[in-house]
Amino acid sequence: MTTLLEKTEDAEAGEESGQAAPAAEPAPAQKAGAELLLDALEEQGVDVIFGYPGGAVLPIYDALHQRETIRHVMARHEQGAVHAAEGYARSSGKVGVVLVTSGPGATNAVTGLTDALLDSIPLVCITGQVARGLIGTDAFQECDTIGITRACTKHNYLVGNARSLPAIVHEAFHVSRNGRPGPVLIDIPKDVQFEKADYVTRRVARQRNCIVTPPVQPKEIEHAVELMRQARRPVFYTGGGVINAGVEASAALRALARETGFPVTSTLMGLGAFPASDPQWLGMLGMHGSFEANNAMHGCDLMIAVGARFDDRVTGRLDAFSPGSQKIQIDIDPSSVNKIVKVDFPIIGDAGVILEALLSQWRKRENAAAALPSRLSEWAAQIQTWRGKDSFAFETSDTVIKPQFAIERLYQLTRGKDVYVTTEVGQHQMWAAQHFHFDDPNRWMTSGGLGTMGYGLPAAIGVQIAHPGALVIDIAGDASVQMMMQEMSTAIQHDLPVKIFILNNEYLGMVRQWQELLHDGRYSHTYSESLPDFVKLAEAYGGAGLRVERPGELDDAIKEMIAIDKPVLFDCRVSAEENVFPMIPSGAAHNQMLFGGAFSGDEVSKEGRVQV
Amino acid sequence: MENASVYPVPQGEAAVAESILAVIVDNEPGVLSRVIGLISARGYNIESLTVAEVDAEKHRSRITVVTRGTPQKIEQIKAQLGRLVPVRRVIDISEESDALTRELALVKIVSTGEQRVEAMRLAEIFRARPLDTTHTSFIFEVTGARDKINAFLDLLKPLGLVEVSRTGVLSIRRGSEAE
Ligand SMILES: Cc1ncc(C[n+]2csc(CCOP(=O)(O)OP(=O)(O)O)c2C)c(N)n1
Ligand SMILES: [Mg+2]
Repeated sequence: MTTLLEKTEDAEAGEESGQAAPAAEPAPAQKAGAELLLDALEEQGVDVIFGYPGGAVLPIYDALHQRETIRHVMARHEQGAVHAAEGYARSSGKVGVVLVTSGPGATNAVTGLTDALLDSIPLVCITGQVARGLIGTDAFQECDTIGITRACTKHNYLVGNARSLPAIVHEAFHVSRNGRPGPVLIDIPKDVQFEKADYVTRRVARQRNCIVTPPVQPKEIEHAVELMRQARRPVFYTGGGVINAGVEASAALRALARETGFPVTSTLMGLGAFPASDPQWLGMLGMHGSFEANNAMHGCDLMIAVGARFDDRVTGRLDAFSPGSQKIQIDIDPSSVNKIVKVDFPIIGDAGVILEALLSQWRKRENAAAALPSRLSEWAAQIQTWRGKDSFAFETSDTVIKPQFAIERLYQLTRGKDVYVTTEVGQHQMWAAQHFHFDDPNRWMTSGGLGTMGYGLPAAIGVQIAHPGALVIDIAGDASVQMMMQEMSTAIQHDLPVKIFILNNEYLGMVRQWQELLHDGRYSHTYSESLPDFVKLAEAYGGAGLRVERPGELDDAIKEMIAIDKPVLFDCRVSAEENVFPMIPSGAAHNQMLFGGAFSGDEVSKEGRVQV
Repeated sequence: MENASVYPVPQGEAAVAESILAVIVDNEPGVLSRVIGLISARGYNIESLTVAEVDAEKHRSRITVVTRGTPQKIEQIKAQLGRLVPVRRVIDISEESDALTRELALVKIVSTGEQRVEAMRLAEIFRARPLDTTHTSFIFEVTGARDKINAFLDLLKPLGLVEVSRTGVLSIRRGSEAE
């Protein structure tokens, strides 16, 4: 592709844009920028904002005080506010909204924005800025928010005057959802917040695009179906893009997988798009993925990547990645295609739309001989053999709680409940992905791309706001949970009974595992020194604390945790030096997995050592 | 000395090539930083850059960037530039066989005698126009493709070349097709 065709703008769907305003009505009175902002948020359907006040957003907070339609959830740190908005967005499919002050408010939000960018979470973050005349003078709490966040947002706006503010808000919401979703930031100088101007409706606001999705190309669909009909060893490799494409995309994936009989694996971000209880499910793939998923990827003759971006956690050694396959890649973002792995057949489009098109084309040709199920029988048998390895199996113990066992019990004891799971980052996150199973999309919120410790607790708060009656559990590590521990206050203040299930191994476990693997077990600064007493800590916040040290006590304690109607810190003392297996060491191929036992020190090639 | 670290010594990258990109953008504050920031964040140097509004009614500017990179990285840069909200179009001029490129340079030469005569002779060959003359100096204006200007400057180096100012590359496609 040499040139990009002129990108067009979008008109607001379903509304006649040419309509003239009714002439009889008098022009509405001009309003202050802060009011215009809230009007625009309201028109966008926003009913909750996650934020933290400060001098440069005082006029907005004052306007918020008078509005009953928008709920404000005050976090205890701006990073927490952004993660909460991410949890809200990821679990509800809506755009998350954040409001923070200038300077330190904005810089504290940066980690959250970067997290949302890498995991394609639609957010609109509003920051206050010093008054226009003071910009560039090192004024109090001034920072170059636009410059700092340029690299961690899809787009950002410095609002020049109140007149342009409503249209910017409308475009920002559009941009956050357009193509691959992500965060958008609007920086509003304080004096713009009280400058008066007219409102601009969503219908007339300009909506520029990041990506203009091309219409479905029938030729591409026919060709893809032809490849699918000839495949003998096919696999669906699905990612977070399927979740982003909405429940319709998950439904289309299920239908297509059922009718084709193709097995399905997913990235960490895509868990839940395809039901884990389905016999065609291979489990997660990648560095800590299942034996059958990684071998299927390695040995397939046709890989159909859907909304997945060939991350290095997934591909392992690139020159040995799925060597014998033809690759179809379905993605809404042209820049995700051929970025890491050269594919034979890219299809640009919305995952749901393309999967539906493939399904209807598949149905059209169903009766032809090439579609006989016997074509896949050898492959199915091979996969069955790989499954026999039971690669997530672990040794149980009656004296110490194995972390995998704790997750397994947590999973079993929450069946039949309306459960949402968030995680922090580390070994516990991988064990959660391996042993907690998801049958529906939007139920699993984790920081995949950035790997942000501290994500899980505030994200759980956002999920609980979106789903008040649900059981929301943050599967946490002893180290990660301390990064955003202050958000316990937020949970208490807003009566959000989130359950923080800490797999306490007294280590920065994932880093310790790598030190064992790469550095001869020299555990440089990875012991979790001076841990707080999590039970007392929970009580200090006004929540409940539980501690469990023996496997025999686990079930009762989990049941008790579920029954408590307030935030709970659950201190689950687990075996300290457990490693996450299976594992593809960095720089190794999918068929070179490790399965436990001690590391010898030779598992990682020199090239692999460079990778994180 | 042997590499004692458990980590390997980094190896060089694949071959790089020059690439000229024309980026049509909405003329709004910050758009230039977005475009060049995206390129420089990947560690690529921008060898030349020109920007100017080309359509006042639509507020469109044309940015022409010359950079070097591996073909795969250049493809990525193009796709990622295309994703920027104010970017309307990205044209890879180096892939267009029929593209015209031009650059303008102002060149100051300080010399006397034989060298001065030789500099004037070269200027004629390269169709450089004298803009200013003193007994000891010339300023020439020269336009042409980058290579031509590079060649002119190389020849002038031993002849008293003291200062150069260049616009950077401009480009347009031949024929009737428009943006
Ligand atoms: C903000 C941040 N800093 C550092 C890291 C690097 N890191 C990855 S996992 C990890 C240890 C996490 O420890 P813990 O939360 O106890 O989880 P465990 O691995 O022990 O289950 C660290 C430090 C990170 N991912 N995020
Ligand atoms: Mg730990």
